[in-house]
Parts: sequence; structure tokens; C-alpha cells
Amino acid sequence: MSEKIKINLNRVPMPKQEVAVRRRNFNEVALGYREQQAVEEASRCIQCKKPNCITGCPVGVNIPEFIRAVREGDMPEAVRIIKSTNSLPAITGRVCPQETQCEMVCALNKKGAPIAVGRLERYVADWERSHPEIEERQKKRVTFNGKKVAIVGSGPAGLTCAADLAKLGYEVTIFEALHVAGGVLMYGIPEFRLPKDVVQAEVDYVKSLGVEIKLDHVIGKIATVDELLQNGYDAVFLSPGAGAPMFLNIPGENLSGIYSANEFLTRTNLMKAYRFPEYDTPIKVGRNVAVIGGGNVAMDASRCALRLGAEGVHLIYRRSEVEMPARAEERENAKEEGVIFKLLTNPSRFIEDESGKVKAVECYEMELGEPDESGRRRPIQKPGTEFTMPVDTVIVALGTSPNPIIPSTTKGLEVTKWGTVKADEDNGRTSKGRVWCGGDMATGAATVISAMGAGKRAAADINTYFEG
Amino acid sequence: MYRVVASEDLAPNVHLLKVEAPTVARKIQPGQFVIVMVDEKGERIPLTISDWDESEGIITIVFLEVGMTTYKLAQLKPGAHIFSLVGPLGLPTRIEKFGTVICAGGCYGIGAILPVVRALKKVGNEVISIIEARSKFLLFWEEPLRQASDKLIVTTGDGSYGRKGWVNDVIKGMLEQGQRIERVFARGCPFMMMLCSEATRLYGVNTIVSLSPIMVDGTGMCGCCRVSVGGETKFACVDGPDFEGHKVDWDLLMKRQRAYLEEEKKSLELWETDALRNQSE
Repeated sequence: MSEKIKINLNRVPMPKQEVAVRRRNFNEVALGYREQQAVEEASRCIQCKKPNCITGCPVGVNIPEFIRAVREGDMPEAVRIIKSTNSLPAITGRVCPQETQCEMVCALNKKGAPIAVGRLERYVADWERSHPEIEERQKKRVTFNGKKVAIVGSGPAGLTCAADLAKLGYEVTIFEALHVAGGVLMYGIPEFRLPKDVVQAEVDYVKSLGVEIKLDHVIGKIATVDELLQNGYDAVFLSPGAGAPMFLNIPGENLSGIYSANEFLTRTNLMKAYRFPEYDTPIKVGRNVAVIGGGNVAMDASRCALRLGAEGVHLIYRRSEVEMPARAEERENAKEEGVIFKLLTNPSRFIEDESGKVKAVECYEMELGEPDESGRRRPIQKPGTEFTMPVDTVIVALGTSPNPIIPSTTKGLEVTKWGTVKADEDNGRTSKGRVWCGGDMATGAATVISAMGAGKRAAADINTYFEG
Repeated sequence: MYRVVASEDLAPNVHLLKVEAPTVARKIQPGQFVIVMVDEKGERIPLTISDWDESEGIITIVFLEVGMTTYKLAQLKPGAHIFSLVGPLGLPTRIEKFGTVICAGGCYGIGAILPVVRALKKVGNEVISIIEARSKFLLFWEEPLRQASDKLIVTTGDGSYGRKGWVNDVIKGMLEQGQRIERVFARGCPFMMMLCSEATRLYGVNTIVSLSPIMVDGTGMCGCCRVSVGGETKFACVDGPDFEGHKVDWDLLMKRQRAYLEEEKKSLELWETDALRNQSE
């Protein structure tokens, strides 16, 4: 290459709500680029001949191409390019961990200023949402190929699989257990990170492709997987999500005021307890909140607790910040908003008041020993260091174990010793014929985009299975 | 949306709804429940199914009016719609031939026990049903229960009808007299089920209770309904709702049930004010 490329290392920042304001409201924190900012950021892309970013993306978005379209101001073209592989860009543009995917392998990351792929993707998706006439024009009607697929769960894996199959001509029905579609995007991820109208717009897009969504349907209860296969469905894709919350198994864990993160977030996000009493579902926060865990869900729960009016939110984590699984950006947001990190600390029991409510948590200080199987240094309790912290609410965010409803009602579906469904990583095939599985049910708790990748691979394999 | 086809007061504060839910009616088994959301802004609450008609696609729910959601439900007239109804949830009651069994019902549990009575009878058990109420005017479903059982005993707290006393007194009396009972099934408020369990503990008669703590999703996802049974934490929605009464930590159950009393009161007050305003307009 003879032509000298001028490299611009000034990543365009995305406007955010002021900390002092946002820590008390549920509006979206990140405000998104305006057109000029998007074009400016897109112009930094050096359009690599062999782009790494595409392979860094679990759903293989043609990143350089869509960025070029943004740079040229051709937003409909940018939408078309993204949507040809990613049906939910307004979601992934907001919640993907780009720093470990496309942006990590971006050529400009060597200089510490990767292209802000996520922000650009979000810009394009939001542009599309505000220009509904474009979507209509781009929609192609496909003819039904005569095959019916049932999808269990309408989270990121299910929606992606459904959209890809519908585009290929399959008749798709999604069965959703809750009263609204979206799965973790609705019950788990808070409004201030992923507005629910954005999720519903993406769900509407999937429906516009001809996908039917049946709400209030718990597969394994209202119909088994075998019944679906017997009653006209040619294939089933299982994407029911992560399932059952894990607890610490320490004394006092069932006291009132102790929530699993799943319950706390479901009440807040899905049931809109932050708008109680306008919405009927209540939530208790009180003055002092302890959140136990160090993942993204712990960050979400902490930040929700602040917005629900807690005066002090302590995040209790047994290792140090280096070992924390939460994204750097989420940790920063939480700290900025006032969440206090109590690191190298582990709860040992909960103490109740006279009414059976939790009033304090007893903790030990920890130190780090040798690395364990996970590769992280094992936390060891320091004797004699116990202390108590007054709390009104405790949120346990230790992850989830797979929900047993489907494995226990499906003959011939093999599970691992952790209770996840055994599924081929490349194509989602399970031990049971005509049944595929992807997302958290197959991998254990992971990210939205990895679930979408699994949905995509399963859709492609289902098509290979039927089309040969 | 799920259409209400019948709505009736069975007794003061005890209400019956019949709702169109054909897929649920096709699948439901005794002991299972549904989660209901009255409207888009409503709470999700668990309600035991008391009867169903598969051919007509209709389920019957009997419930106690205790808070805003159940008040709202009780006000629904035939033709009205329920926003969300999901089920059948929970594990069915284990039905097999045990011999002579007691089916005990109190309050809304008088409704909830009926399908259990029928199923136990069908497989050849001798079913003695016992229902209780504080006073005669709070009783209902005496006839269907009498027909479904080998014997029905009615008992009232004030002695205004049938025997005087409570279900647990009747059970205790039978066991003291040496009557052989293989199993007891109790449905009603936690206090009633606790007393039934206490009555049988000494005699080692297995007592199956149906717990309905506060729930949100009802599918094992949130853990709100956790109960302690035999020292282990269980989720009532997926591990239950049936548990062995002798092993249940009743104190914990009742404390968790009261977790939102203040909020419930606040909701109700606001709702009542709104309802009054709407009436006057």
C-alpha cells in the first residue's frame, strides 16, 4: 500500500446523562451520537483490506461496509448491511461487550483508539427506528417453504433464530413464558441501559417478518417438546434462558428483604416496580443496600437500587476488582453513580430483626490464594476479621443455574453435570433429533450477543438439515 | 387476553371466576396453579385452580379477596378480560391409592381441595373431606364436596353449623380415636395448614400441604417463593406447591408472606380513592 493513511486517534465520545441526575432516574444513561458525531467517528475507520472486526463479531456483521455507508451518509444502506446479519442492532449496539469483540481486534486498538463500533451500530439502529418508512421499503416477502419451527423463549437467542428462519421461509412460532416478549432484555437489563421501547421495536421487527409469538406459554407445562414435535412442528429450538438463581447457602438467606438479582431486576424492570404505585408490583429498598457478586448483573442491581432511592449501596465481592467479571464500563458507571465496592469481602450470615426482616449482614475479610480451576485466584477467609454491616435490603447476584422444567420433561435430551443442555457449539444440535438448543440454557449465563450467535448458528443448521 | 365467563361471590370475600383458557384446561392436573395479571400494570399472583372443563375450555378459580389484585379480579364481570394468565404451573398433587385419606379445606381451600378429592376418589381411596369456616355464612361448595367424597364433615369455629371447632380439631379427634388415616391433604391459609400438620405430627400421618407464597414469574426464575422444607430451601413454584407439612418452616413462610403489607395497604388505599372518584364522576 503506497497511499499514506492518515490515522485519527480521537474517538468521538458519546454524550451521557450527568451523573448527579442519572443516578436518580431510570432514563437511558448513554444518549447516542448525533448524525455529525456518527459520521465523524465513521470517518476514522481505515477500511482494512482484511478486517478482523467481522470475525470478532459473534453474528458476523459486515462492520467496515456499514461504517462506510455511515461515513457517506447513506443510512438506509447501513441499516440494510447490518440487518442482513443482525436482526437486533438497537439492542446489541447498546449491550454488547464490544471491547472484547469487534473493538478489541480493530486495527486502531493497537493505538488504543478502536472505532466505536457499538456506538455506530446503535446510531444506525436508532436512525432506522425514527424512519419507519425505510423499513417498509426494505422488507422482502419470502414464500413459506412448508416447514414449521417452534422456538422456546423470546430472548436474544430465540428472537435471532426466529428472524433468520423467517427470512429463509420457515413458519416460526415462539413460545414465551412471560406476559411480554424479550426475555432477559425485558426482565433483566434495566431500562437505563436498554429502554424497553427499543426492545419492543426490535420484537415488532421480528414479528413483521411473519414470526408468531405466543405469550404465557411455559413449554414443559402447557406442552412438552415431544408434543410440539408431534403436533406439526418440524424442529424445535430451545432458548429458554438461564433459569434458577443461585444463593450463598448461608444462615438467614431466606429472610424478608433478601432478593435474588433475578427477582429484584424482574420486579424493577419487567413489572416496573420503580413506578409503584402506578404499577401494582412493589419493591423494598430502604436506606442501606448490599449487593453480593461481581458480574454485570450485580452492577445492574446496584444501579437500580440507587435509582430506587437507596442512600448507600455496597457491592460485596469476595475477590479483588481485577477478578471481577463485570465489564469495565459497567464498573465505572456504577462507581461514578456512587456504588461503594467492598472488595475481598464475603458474607457469612444474615441477621434478622424482630419481624423477620434482614437488618445486618456479617462478613469476613478475604485474601487471595493460588489460582483455582477458573484461573482466578481463590479467595480465602481471614480468621478473626468478621464484622457486621447494617442493611435493609440484600440482593444476591451470584449467577443462575439452568431451569429444570424443559430437561425434566423432555425424553432423550441429554444434560451436562451442571444441568445445561448438551448442544454442539457449532450448530446447536442436541442429543435429541430435530431439537436444537442455544443461549444460556446450553452455555450457562453468558452475554446477549453470544446467545444471538447461537441462535444464528442454529437457524443456519436447521436450514441445512431441511434443505440439505 | 382471557375472557371471564362467570363471576360469583361464594361467601363474603370468597370469589369464583370462570375464565376461558382452553390450552390450560386441557393440561391442568389437581394441585396445579396459574399466575394471573389482571391488567397491564398489575401484579403477577398465583391462584390455585379449583375446577376445569376441558371440553368447554374453561377453568374455575376460587380465591380470597385480600388485596388490590384480588379485589380487582373479583370486580370483573362476565365478558371482561384478564390481561395475562399462565399455567398450569407447579407439580401436580401426587395421586395414588393410599387407603383412607382426609382432604381438608378452609377458606379458598374449600375450592382448591375439590379436584384433589375427585382424583383421590377416582383411583379408589376412601376420601373423608373436612371443611371449616369461622361461621355458617362463610361456607360454600358443601354439595359438590359431599358428592365427590365418601364422607363430608363440616365444622365451624362458632358452632353455627355442623360441628364446633376447626379442621385440625376434627383430625385430631379421629386420630385419637384410633381411626386409620393414610394421608392428609390440606388446602387453605398457612395457619390452617400448619395446625393440620401439627394435629397429625404425633401420629406420623403424612400431611401434604399446598403452599402459595408470594411469587413473581412462577417458573423458578426469581426465587421469591422460596420456602424452607426439612432445612432445605425449595422454590414453591417449581418444587411444589405441595410439600410435607411436618417439614415446612411455617414461621418463615408467614413472615415472608407479610413482606409487603405496607405497600399492599398503600396500593389499596389509592385504588379505593380512584374507584370512589370514578363512581362519583
